[in-house]
Amino acid sequence: MSAQHEKKESAASSPIVIVFFIIGLAVSLFVGWSIFPKLLYSQKKQPIDFSHSIHLDAVGDCESCHFFREDGSFSGIPELSNCVECHEEAQGEDPEEIKLIENYIEPNKEIPWLVYSRQPDCVFFSHAAHVKMGELECKTCHGMIGESDHVEIYEENRITGYSRNIWGKSIGGFKSNTWDRMKMDDCAECHEEHGTNQACFVCHK
Amino acid sequence: MSLGRRGFLQFCLGAGAGITFSPLPWKLMDDISIWSQTFRGIPIEVPVPPVGEVNIEKSVCTLCPGGCGISVRKIKNRAVKIEGAEGHPINDGGICILGVAGLYQLYGGARVKGPLKRAGNRGEGKWEEISWSAAISEISKKLSQIRRNGSAHTVACISGKDRGTVPQLFKRLLTAYGSPNFISMPSSEDTERLGLKLMQGEDASVGYDLENARYILSFGSGLIDGWGSPVRVFRANSAWREEAVKGLAKVVQIEPRLSNTAAKADRWVPIAPGTEAALALGFAHVIIKERRYNKNFVMNHCFGFEDWTDNSGKVHKGLKRMVLKDYSPDVVSEITGISVSKIVALAREFARAKRPLAVCGRGKGSTPEGLQEFMAIYALNTLVGNINKTGGVRALPEVRTTAWPGVAQDAIAKRGMNQPRFDRAGTKAFPVTESLFNQLSGLMNTGKGAYTLSALLVYGANPYYTAHDKAAVAEALDSIPFIVSFSSHMDETAQHADFILPSHTNLERYEDVPTPAGLNVPIIGLSRPVVDPEYDTKHVGDTVIALGKSIDGIADSFVWDDYESLLKETMGGKWDTLIGEGYWKDAGYSPAAWSSGFKTPSGKFEFFATGLYRAGIRSHNDNDYLPRYKPVVLEGDPGSYPLVLIPIESTRLADGAVANPPYLTKTVADTVLKNNDIFVEVNPKTAAAYGLSEGAVAMLKTPTGEVKVRTHMYEGVRPGVVAIPTGLGHSAYDDYLSGKGVNANEVIGTVEDPISGLDIAWGSRASLVGII
Repeated sequence: MSAQHEKKESAASSPIVIVFFIIGLAVSLFVGWSIFPKLLYSQKKQPIDFSHSIHLDAVGDCESCHFFREDGSFSGIPELSNCVECHEEAQGEDPEEIKLIENYIEPNKEIPWLVYSRQPDCVFFSHAAHVKMGELECKTCHGMIGESDHVEIYEENRITGYSRNIWGKSIGGFKSNTWDRMKMDDCAECHEEHGTNQACFVCHK
Repeated sequence: MSLGRRGFLQFCLGAGAGITFSPLPWKLMDDISIWSQTFRGIPIEVPVPPVGEVNIEKSVCTLCPGGCGISVRKIKNRAVKIEGAEGHPINDGGICILGVAGLYQLYGGARVKGPLKRAGNRGEGKWEEISWSAAISEISKKLSQIRRNGSAHTVACISGKDRGTVPQLFKRLLTAYGSPNFISMPSSEDTERLGLKLMQGEDASVGYDLENARYILSFGSGLIDGWGSPVRVFRANSAWREEAVKGLAKVVQIEPRLSNTAAKADRWVPIAPGTEAALALGFAHVIIKERRYNKNFVMNHCFGFEDWTDNSGKVHKGLKRMVLKDYSPDVVSEITGISVSKIVALAREFARAKRPLAVCGRGKGSTPEGLQEFMAIYALNTLVGNINKTGGVRALPEVRTTAWPGVAQDAIAKRGMNQPRFDRAGTKAFPVTESLFNQLSGLMNTGKGAYTLSALLVYGANPYYTAHDKAAVAEALDSIPFIVSFSSHMDETAQHADFILPSHTNLERYEDVPTPAGLNVPIIGLSRPVVDPEYDTKHVGDTVIALGKSIDGIADSFVWDDYESLLKETMGGKWDTLIGEGYWKDAGYSPAAWSSGFKTPSGKFEFFATGLYRAGIRSHNDNDYLPRYKPVVLEGDPGSYPLVLIPIESTRLADGAVANPPYLTKTVADTVLKNNDIFVEVNPKTAAAYGLSEGAVAMLKTPTGEVKVRTHMYEGVRPGVVAIPTGLGHSAYDDYLSGKGVNANEVIGTVEDPISGLDIAWGSRASLVGII
């Protein structure tokens, strides 16, 4: 009698219990997909709202500012001296340009740019090997940044200290363009496609 | 509807399932693994070079006296890599392990970041930061006061070397101040210079023409273990190896232990420790007896080969009679443990060889050899007539530079300079020697010194670590009431100082680098600032000039504005070349002809060192003036100390005043250092006799001290000999250096050379007792 009673109760309560399961599922999916990324990344503003599109129009190509030095090394983010070439004095009335001159050029202080593509120290990356020898375009890895009017908010991973752009904007790690992510898998994917050496020491010296 | 226990569990199950389908755990795992790569300080911070434009700056390495040219790769003001300078006459692109690790001296731990004044007890490590002006003023006040009290001569300076403008500035400071006590740290170059002075009458260093020599007889010199200018010798060695394959060169290494040099030589002669002079004279015996010597040179340009008669009509013994009588192969074989047939064969080979060369200075040459031992080995070069010849030896003069104006000495200075030196160098006791650091501790600890020292300046030296019988040296130096260190790093000596006036380190300063030991051509290198100073340090030359200007009564001798202008003035016409090339080489140099090559009173090469007699050394035994083997009597009785301890000097461990960069420590095998334990090498036969196994912990006892070691069995060391690596066991510097192994100088005492008074201890008596 008592066993029969228990069975009956269990059967009666199971749909309700499933509801709790679904609630749990929904909450955790929400937390994982929506709350977690918000907590994981802090938002930082670049020191100056730089417009790539204006500069690209003015100078014509990426290499005017992001150039290769004579020894083959890559200059990366331009140094202040590069900016001074045109902005020693203000060219207009843009408050961002005024900021550049007052905060950095006049006190001769390098601009503390936050680098979206900065890789961990254990990674050795040569622009010369990719751009000169591999003939990759800038946008293959860096996307359409050259056409942007404003710098995007720099999202810094609170745990690793690296930019969100490395993992990619999609928290799920999905990508639709080659430039959406800059993780090791993405490097490896392209290396595999091109039949490049896949050995560890190619990138981890 | 209430949650209930079951509902809660279902909720958790749902949440768990959901989480696995969300990026959270996977992303977190990835991030945490990346985060773990960025651990800082645990266990070691990996320095990551900055990115930016590369600049290459040329300089000269000052970490050893080798004088190699270096190219320093810089990104902005950060030096990121040191490489050998291509085309430099000494190293032509090559570099040694210490040179490569030289950035550690600049950026590593233990830098003294600004002037310090002792706040606690000596050695306690409590310091008060002080401004440069306050430090200079306090020190010069103290020194002015000592001077006023008529005790100027009681101030001493210990310098790592004595050549070059910086040591000479210290010497000038003392001369103007009134103290004869400029003491430079010893090396085998001291004995060699003394030997040349006596035998060839020249103030010069021995130049070995290694590059052109084709039969190298090395009496324990660590040719590829850091002897001389290390990279230059590596290169010469490579050339010998190439020639040896064709049968055109041969290297014979005479050494009790199978060192790297011995292992790479064509022949290793495992001699009984300390008997090299006997073997050299044994070779001389064979060469003379079989008339294989260079008759033209020996008969026409040498003095004291045959017996000779002095002005009073007394007949003196010549080298020939002495060697033929005392050093027959039988006798020498008994002393050295080398068979008669081998002695005869090697002597013949040496005499017959095309461009033979005998080289001396044990290991890296950091401990002087006995004067007569040097004379014995050098005499081999003389007998085969390779003096001033291609592939031979030569007395290498100093590069001439512009002389400084004379020192303006007042009455106090003159009075002080008339006092005898505290270390007895140049006094009746040791008339021919210039500097005797090793005499200090004995004289001070027994109170037998002519006076007591009241102040000490230390630069480029770390006697608390590098001197034999470390404990006695520490006791002696601790008794000096006022010590000023000019060290860039918190080394053992700086730890015991009252003031530290930190100097720019390598890559931060100008300095002339005189011709390195053993080089075959006169050269000056220019070390120059590659980066801006990291900390609030000063060029030591500027500090000395500042002291000179502020100590009462001596300012007239320090007219220069700063060290840089002094250096420029001193180098005169060579300055532009030095700046452009990084070195100035006497391209027109060639050794003098035999007829005019010797500045001795006889105008000849002197086997019989009449200079000793002229200096006031009187002996009825002519052997005292000749090349000779006189056994070095090591302290301790053979009953209690049945073994003989010898040091192992290696390029992998810097053991001098420049401390070993921890990167080098990582390159040594775990049979040298494992965790914090040092290993001593013993022959398996010795180990068996003492019941020791591989890795056994033992107490190594010598009359000087005792240390805990572990044993490594090595057939490359003679039975009855224990070999201990040098360069370990620091108590100062940073965590990566201190406490690693033990300092060999704690267990090696001093032995005085009867003529020069220099410490010639090549080892110690020892016992090894296993600890269970």
